[in-house]
Amino acid sequence: MRRSAHRGRLAVLYVVVTALMVTLLGRLWFLQVTTGPDYARAATESRVRTVALPPVRGEILDVHGGPLVANQTKPQVSVDYMALIHQPDGGRAVLTRLAQALGRPYQEIADRARLCARDVPRPCWPGSPYQPIVVADDVSARTALSIAERQEEFPGVSTALRPVRTYPLGTAGAHLLGYLQPPSPDDPPGGPELVGRDGLEAEYDRELAGRSGVREVAVDSTGTVTGLLREQAAEPGDSLVTSIDARIQRVAEKALAGAVASARRRGEPADAGAAVVLEARTGRVAALADYPTYDPGVWTGGISQRDYETLPLVSSAVLGQWAPGSTWKVTSTAAAAKAGYKLGATYDCPGSYKVGGRAFHNFDGIALGRMNMRRALVVSCDTIFYRFADRMWRRDGGLKPVRHPKDPMQAMAKQFGFGVRTGIDLPNEAAGRVPDRAWKKATWERGRADTCRRAKTGYPDVPDRKRAAYLKRLAAENCRDGGVWWAGDAANFAIGQGDVLVTPLQLARGYAALANGGRVISPRVAKAVVRPDGSVARTITPPVVGHVDVPAKTLRYIRDSLAGVPRTGTAAAAFKGFPFKRLSVAGKTGTAEAYGRQDTSWFASFAPAGHPKYVVVVVVSQGGMGASTAAPAARKIWEGIYHLSPKKKHATHKKHKKHAKHKPAGGAR
Amino acid sequence: MTTFLPVRLSPARLRSRPRPRARGAFAAWGVVLPAAALSGIGLLLVLSATRNEPGSTLLQRQALSVGLGFALMWLLSRCDLRLLRAYVPVFYLGGLAALVAVLTPLGRTVNGSHAWIVLGSGLQFQPSEFAKVGTVLAVAAALGELRDGERRPGAGAVLLALGLAAVPIGLIMLQPDFGTMLVFAAVTGGMLLVAGVPVRWFAGLAASAAAVLLLVWRLDLIRPYQLQRLMVLADPDADPLGVGYNATQARIAIGSGGVLGKGLFHGEQTAGHFVPEQHTDFIFTVAGEELGFAGAACVIVLMLLLLWQGLRIAGRSPSPFGTVLAGGVVCWLAFQTFVNVGMTMGLLPIAGLPLPFVSYGGSATISAFAAVGLLAAVGRRTASA
Repeated sequence: MRRSAHRGRLAVLYVVVTALMVTLLGRLWFLQVTTGPDYARAATESRVRTVALPPVRGEILDVHGGPLVANQTKPQVSVDYMALIHQPDGGRAVLTRLAQALGRPYQEIADRARLCARDVPRPCWPGSPYQPIVVADDVSARTALSIAERQEEFPGVSTALRPVRTYPLGTAGAHLLGYLQPPSPDDPPGGPELVGRDGLEAEYDRELAGRSGVREVAVDSTGTVTGLLREQAAEPGDSLVTSIDARIQRVAEKALAGAVASARRRGEPADAGAAVVLEARTGRVAALADYPTYDPGVWTGGISQRDYETLPLVSSAVLGQWAPGSTWKVTSTAAAAKAGYKLGATYDCPGSYKVGGRAFHNFDGIALGRMNMRRALVVSCDTIFYRFADRMWRRDGGLKPVRHPKDPMQAMAKQFGFGVRTGIDLPNEAAGRVPDRAWKKATWERGRADTCRRAKTGYPDVPDRKRAAYLKRLAAENCRDGGVWWAGDAANFAIGQGDVLVTPLQLARGYAALANGGRVISPRVAKAVVRPDGSVARTITPPVVGHVDVPAKTLRYIRDSLAGVPRTGTAAAAFKGFPFKRLSVAGKTGTAEAYGRQDTSWFASFAPAGHPKYVVVVVVSQGGMGASTAAPAARKIWEGIYHLSPKKKHATHKKHKKHAKHKPAGGAR
Repeated sequence: MTTFLPVRLSPARLRSRPRPRARGAFAAWGVVLPAAALSGIGLLLVLSATRNEPGSTLLQRQALSVGLGFALMWLLSRCDLRLLRAYVPVFYLGGLAALVAVLTPLGRTVNGSHAWIVLGSGLQFQPSEFAKVGTVLAVAAALGELRDGERRPGAGAVLLALGLAAVPIGLIMLQPDFGTMLVFAAVTGGMLLVAGVPVRWFAGLAASAAAVLLLVWRLDLIRPYQLQRLMVLADPDADPLGVGYNATQARIAIGSGGVLGKGLFHGEQTAGHFVPEQHTDFIFTVAGEELGFAGAACVIVLMLLLLWQGLRIAGRSPSPFGTVLAGGVVCWLAFQTFVNVGMTMGLLPIAGLPLPFVSYGGSATISAFAAVGLLAAVGRRTASA
């Protein structure tokens, strides 16, 4: 009786005990057999630590093999963000000790070790928190060693010899060369520690970067390395040989800075400028100078918030756009010749010319009499071009345009490569603008709603009542027929004023096309990619992307005409005393009006005029007349290129010492 | 020694029942052999877990514990149940005295539990392990004393049993060691079940436990750190770098073993010391990683064999005391195994309980062998009853 009672209860226990053990067996099966491979992978991940071995980035060399960007090995101190935040005080004590050891203020080290976010000012770390964060990169070997030796005092801090970018030319070519930054969190992980962010560094990043090596080490639970599993050495990056001539680059930078300074002395704002030197026949870039520029060395190490905000990161040469002024007359002349106007014939150059019932004046309103096109270019007569433009406009139907207007001026401008990006091997480039009927209509339609509203409501927000009334009238006019391509628009276009926009680089390649017989080339800065062993990985040839459909005779006529400009024309004052016998420079001044701003000063030139080798274009925004600001700078560049400086014999240009290639730093952590 | 065993001295009894004796001997071997096998595996795993620690004496210490455990097991197995029954107060009060001693300056805190008594250098023990033996015996005695004609223990006996269990549970709560507390509670519940206590008692117990918990909660009797410990017990993710890390690493070690394991002494996670407390509470992860499903399942199956044999002994015991005692021991080993292995595999929250016979730990090993000794004694009584 009693035993059976116990039996029943014991049977329950049998079932319970068996169920418990079977549950364990089931779970064991699930862990080891069903999901076993996942855990095996997780085990490998926790046991194997992968250390990236950074490759040495390739150098950027000038046309003679001298370094434009080189590497220098320096001890760097990095911190592991994840290790720091897991410390009880968030790493404060470690960073304090580290700051002491480095002899820097704590705040500086702490700032560089924080992650960039929207409301975190620079310096901060823009890269991934899983990468070592460089907090000091100009450390003496002794300091680095003393930190490395006291690991227990500096958990999460590592020191390593790392190549640092150096810029032998200083500020010269900063925009052109670009800069490096840690990869942003959007970049694919596992990439290099630094990636090119602008200029050649960005454009040729893949080739310069090289391939990271990898070292897999076995670690125990405390992270102590217990053995080496696999090592693959880093492959150094390829070097980039450019067509930049360091000497010409420096000359161009100096001339540009001088032009800006002289314009400012004359009271012009001169807020920006650029100088472009192209090889006329090949389309290679010999120099590309920007104003304002900056010291590319500021990127090495943490950049301060003030620097970051005020750095002029935009290159005027490829991103600056201005109306070209009279330098534009080259295309207009070619267009006129193509439209049937004889270049050698004589045309009247009155003080003003009536276009669409409004008088358009010569530059200073003076009548210059009858002249051929050579003279028209040399003295920069505007009225002849107004007349061409007016006639062409009317031939296209004027206010009631024919179905397919010829627009000879626009067509020719486009042939010279204006209105589209040049395709130069630099990131970010402006396209310029070649305005025509369609463009004006589209622009008007975009702003029409606003304009027409203003035409009704007026400008109650403008305090000056007279001005408000004027603006209202203007708005009413615009609302009605702002999209019409007037004869005046055509006239303005012919002399490079109004809505035409070009970049200095576009103008340079347009003049190169004029100089080389009509080939429109997409310029290139890089000449070749060279492997670390010296062999050439690939050569880069600037591709010919278009052809100016103008007889060679016409181009020669224009070239010959421009040769008169520095001698007897608008640039004669700037080129006074220039040894034309040694180098015949041909060029064209340009003074472009800009609404609400001072004139844009241009000089576009090539030499030798008979068989051009180089094209030099200088622009100074708000720099006044082309003849007074840009032309003298261009003269200085020509003197520099051809060693014509009258004052002193040019200092023998130091032969570049080719920097020894550095061995990979090995990535010791 | 044999003088304490008058029953065995009676040749008449020996002769009169030869068959049951053979069955009893078999029953005893049925629990002794799995326990011996488990402790052998345990020694290998302890060696593996400590193989990278030069100068470690943990293996020798564990071997000594196993030896002592075997001796105690043998001693108990030779005891007549009636003799054991007579000494229950000694066992029980001895266990309580040790538990009280822990609360005096003799006690030491290890891993957050004030559960250890240190006697000189290197000699320390965990009184709660010995209190388990005493309490199982005491509760079994309370529930196994049936008056004539009684089929199940009366209310008085049940209350007595609950009282006997409550005292050590209360003392352990002061340490605090919730894992061990749960073992006591589970064992007491299991013994009430085996003793045939009516189901309404269980309902009443559950209700009063809930009421006590509520009262403790409402009256703020529980200290914040104790509450925190409980919360972590319930939710390992609450403390990812502490207990949660342990759980994750344990699962990785076991899971990475696969079907056949990485081979004894070839576990990489074990070698890298990724699982904290690996030679003690997390010894099962070494089995999982190095022996794979095949070896780790063997550990569980061996324990299951032991438990089945224990239940078989309980079923065959002619005395209610023996049945309840054996049932209690089975509950003890089963519950502790389930909680230990379950926590290493992420089935249960982490509670600091060793795996019987396998984990490193002197007190736990000796008391587990003592438990097997009790089973053998009950089996013996079967033979001679």
